[in-house]
Amino acid sequence: MAESATLPRSFQEIILRLQSYWASKGCAVLQPYDMEVGAGTFHPATTLRSLGTKPWAAAYVQPSRRPTDGRYGENPNRLQHYYQYQVIIKPSPPDLQDLYLGSLRAIGLDPMVHDIRFVEDDWESPTLGAWGLGWEVWCDGMEVSQFTYFQQVGGHDCRPVSGELTYGLERLAMYVLGIDHVMTMPFNDPASPIPLTYGDIFRQTEEEYSRHNFDGATTEMLFQHFKDAEAECEKLLSFDADDPKSGKRIVMAHPAYDQCIKASHLFNLLDARGVISVTERQAYIGRVRALAKKCADAFRQTEAGADA
Amino acid sequence: MPDLLIELFSEEIPARMQGKAASDFKKLVTDGLVEAGLTYASAGAFSTPRRLVLSVEELTAESKPVREERKGPRTDAPAAALEGFLRSTGLTKEQLEVRDDKKAQVYFAVVEKPGRKAEEIVAEVLEGVIRNFPWPKSMRWGAGSLRWVRPLQSVLCLMVDEAGARVVPFEIDGIVAGNTTEGHRFMGAGRFAVTSFEDYRVKLARAKVMLDASEREAQIWQEATNMAFAAGLEVVEDRGLLAEVAGLVEWPVVLMGTIGEEFLGLPPEVLQTSMKEHQKFFSVRNPKTGRIERFITVANIEAADGGAAILKGNQKVLAARLSDARFFWENDLRVAKGGMGEWAEGLRSVTFHNKLGSQAERIDRIAALAREIAPLVGADAALAEQATRVAKLDLRSGMVGEFAELQGVMGRYYALAAGMPAAVADACRDHYSPLGPSDAVPVEPVSVAVALADKIDTLTGFWAIDEKPTGSKDPFALRRAALGVIRLVLVNGVRGSLGELLLNKLMADLQGLAVWATKDRVVQQFKTDFEGLMRYLGAIEFDAKKFASRFDEILTGELEASAREALMKAAKFAPDLLAFFHDRLKVFLRDQGIRHDVIDACLAMPGNDDLTLLVKRAQALQSFLSSDDGTNLLQGFKRANNILTQAEAKDGVEYSFGADPKFAESDEERALFNALDVAEQAIAPRHEGRGFRRRHGGHGAASCPHRRLLHRRADQHRQSGRAPQPPEPAAPHPRHLCGRGGSEAGGGVSPFISAQIPHGGPGV
Repeated sequence: MAESATLPRSFQEIILRLQSYWASKGCAVLQPYDMEVGAGTFHPATTLRSLGTKPWAAAYVQPSRRPTDGRYGENPNRLQHYYQYQVIIKPSPPDLQDLYLGSLRAIGLDPMVHDIRFVEDDWESPTLGAWGLGWEVWCDGMEVSQFTYFQQVGGHDCRPVSGELTYGLERLAMYVLGIDHVMTMPFNDPASPIPLTYGDIFRQTEEEYSRHNFDGATTEMLFQHFKDAEAECEKLLSFDADDPKSGKRIVMAHPAYDQCIKASHLFNLLDARGVISVTERQAYIGRVRALAKKCADAFRQTEAGADA
Repeated sequence: MPDLLIELFSEEIPARMQGKAASDFKKLVTDGLVEAGLTYASAGAFSTPRRLVLSVEELTAESKPVREERKGPRTDAPAAALEGFLRSTGLTKEQLEVRDDKKAQVYFAVVEKPGRKAEEIVAEVLEGVIRNFPWPKSMRWGAGSLRWVRPLQSVLCLMVDEAGARVVPFEIDGIVAGNTTEGHRFMGAGRFAVTSFEDYRVKLARAKVMLDASEREAQIWQEATNMAFAAGLEVVEDRGLLAEVAGLVEWPVVLMGTIGEEFLGLPPEVLQTSMKEHQKFFSVRNPKTGRIERFITVANIEAADGGAAILKGNQKVLAARLSDARFFWENDLRVAKGGMGEWAEGLRSVTFHNKLGSQAERIDRIAALAREIAPLVGADAALAEQATRVAKLDLRSGMVGEFAELQGVMGRYYALAAGMPAAVADACRDHYSPLGPSDAVPVEPVSVAVALADKIDTLTGFWAIDEKPTGSKDPFALRRAALGVIRLVLVNGVRGSLGELLLNKLMADLQGLAVWATKDRVVQQFKTDFEGLMRYLGAIEFDAKKFASRFDEILTGELEASAREALMKAAKFAPDLLAFFHDRLKVFLRDQGIRHDVIDACLAMPGNDDLTLLVKRAQALQSFLSSDDGTNLLQGFKRANNILTQAEAKDGVEYSFGADPKFAESDEERALFNALDVAEQAIAPRHEGRGFRRRHGGHGAASCPHRRLLHRRADQHRQSGRAPQPPEPAAPHPRHLCGRGGSEAGGGVSPFISAQIPHGGPGV
């Protein structure tokens, strides 16, 4: 761990160090999923791949969107678009805590100087029909990661259990780099010919999307898209598995799950627009969860999701 | 005799679960050992974030052989009986003994269980305990099927005697018990072997683990108070937080940090709550000003830089949190100074319960009740109503949205900022009290009125929609609300009929509900079936005027019908709700050491819905019965009762109508009759009105003489003042909840205590 001798100097260096650390521990380093999601957990590499018995180890950055968290780029810690770093390993290895602590050392957080603590935090995603037990990891009193042993996903018991690590990258990086406002954080090396801050890249988009999320998005259209995604998801899953054209058995679990992801994001946008009442809220969450469960059922019928 | 040491080493156990887990571990293992025939001298359990530990001293090395004899069926019994016996004993027919038993031959099973080695028993018990451990939540991990609170990593299980320490052969889901453990996650130096509990404890301490949670607590508290003292400050005590923090560290390192100057203007409760909830910090207060100026945090590591980085980080996180809090505070103050109108408006859209309407509607109901209660508790009715209307506005404030536990506390600050009277502001803070059995009870009249109205409205509301607590389920904390009412009434000496109050309130609530439901129904009908409604209204051709008047007529008719129904329901529900209060009161009094038969006796008396009176009666009766006079009276009563019962049986006459003086044979008897008549006349007004006679009527022939005897005795006590004094009433001037006019005075007070309650007399 020669890298940990020097402190990272930019946001991207922290990401790069995490990538190379988890690559060195045997994870497949994937790229972000190409859809709008609320958290790294929604990436099919986590939700779907945590099902079934096939071993799995992946790490990736996932851009995540939480429309209600938009603050027009003004709040030092809140963004409607941010990055999560996600690690998922199945079955969870016995030394997962140690592996995780190694990743903190790799980005310059020495547990002999900082106070690292595992504080009870049970995770539940009502939209994914998923839950697990674990901790939020504290570094000097600040939550820097979520650490979860998945017990159930899409209504299916996880056997074996996957271990999931989620790092809130901006917050973690701000801490490591000693930055008070996210927009002032160096994105690339500050000594670069063209040094760029987080704000150089994202301040304008935070403003634009905040306005869009709270006032711009057409709610009638969003409601319609929600219905369309829901219908499309169910339709894709209703196909006979035997494909007459290729002569293969093909369950369209992933395309159907894409529609589930869409429905989830549309719900988040509608929520930000403030057009979903408290009672309706539960109903919408239930509808997304129903889709997630059907997709999980379907994935279990596929080769990747079957029991070996 | 050997000692036993077990350590279950796992990933971090939630702090809130550790204490109970340690005691469960001890109980389950030792119970299992004893059940299997072992005995031990003592046992101790310990927990840290990563381990549960049990040390058992002087365990017997093996269980004694057990010889068990069981008697079976007779030899001539049907075959099925014998088969059943064989099945239950696990023996064959040949293994049974046949013995003579009285007149028949009977099968006997003799089962001899040899003694077993303690190791064997320990392994068996431990497996059962691990597999069935009562964690509030447990999980699986990896590819295994074992469940534990978090992944179980290793098991240490040692038997130690003169010959040395040996590992108990044990394995669970691939984890093989050994004699090693590890110390602190970061400051320890790998795994090490141990040879005894003492060795284990010493080596753990060397590896920076303080095994005993109470030792960690003591260490934290001592260092924290020392640090604060050195700075001329004091730590705000918080037992719950101390226990939690001690469960988050294996090696507590106490650090004191500063709070940014810009946040010191926040109310101390805000600072305290924010620091505790988010950061698990202790608050450090300046005793001179009462301001919170610093914080104490407890780290799990002796950092190379003396904790500088840790403190810096914690201060930074705190600053971000407190910036949020300050934003809420400043924003809220602006709304408060503007009169809090937008919060009142906001409460219209907050549902209290889908059948009981919005918070705003609920506040209207509470306000009406608070006005009614106010004069009975010595409060100004207008102030009580104002306080009710303000008391829950802070639920819409940003601060309470962030920290729900600050409800009421913030309400007080905001009411003061809005320029409201101190009594109103205090009621905002205090009207939720008392929350628990040890929580202080409000005594300021306006607070008492609002607190009573709030709780009674909750109770009658949920009673009206039939959402009563069942068994262990009490989702709306109605038992707590009832106990709250009881304590408010007793501490403040509130007098009057709770039954009447509940009946009136239930009538109002049920009528309100009926109006909603009826309007809903009629309007719904209008919406979904316009033509049907037209027919119903008798308006075939649409005539707006005729329509409207007919609509009103029908609605009024329906409302009247539903109101009648509501009244009948209220008459049924009120006694049920009163009985619920009595059940809570019984528990409350039993906890205070009042005998259950005394409570039952007082509950059986009229006026039992005046809780203050009821409790005074119970206290007086209990202390009277424990005096010589009480004992004599009871004995005399029993004796007279027995004599009369026997006489009735012998004479075939019922004496319940009383004795007739014309049958008196001697002057003594006539004098006794005279004395009784005089005494009765003196006492009669005190209880006739309350049906004291009715209560005793059930005793048949004994009734009359007993009543007389009772009254005479009692009257003597009353006049001579010999009866024991009941405890001081909690408030010097009992207040009347629901006036009962002149009959109130002493009327319901039993003769035993009427003389002892000076304020119960006429004219109060």
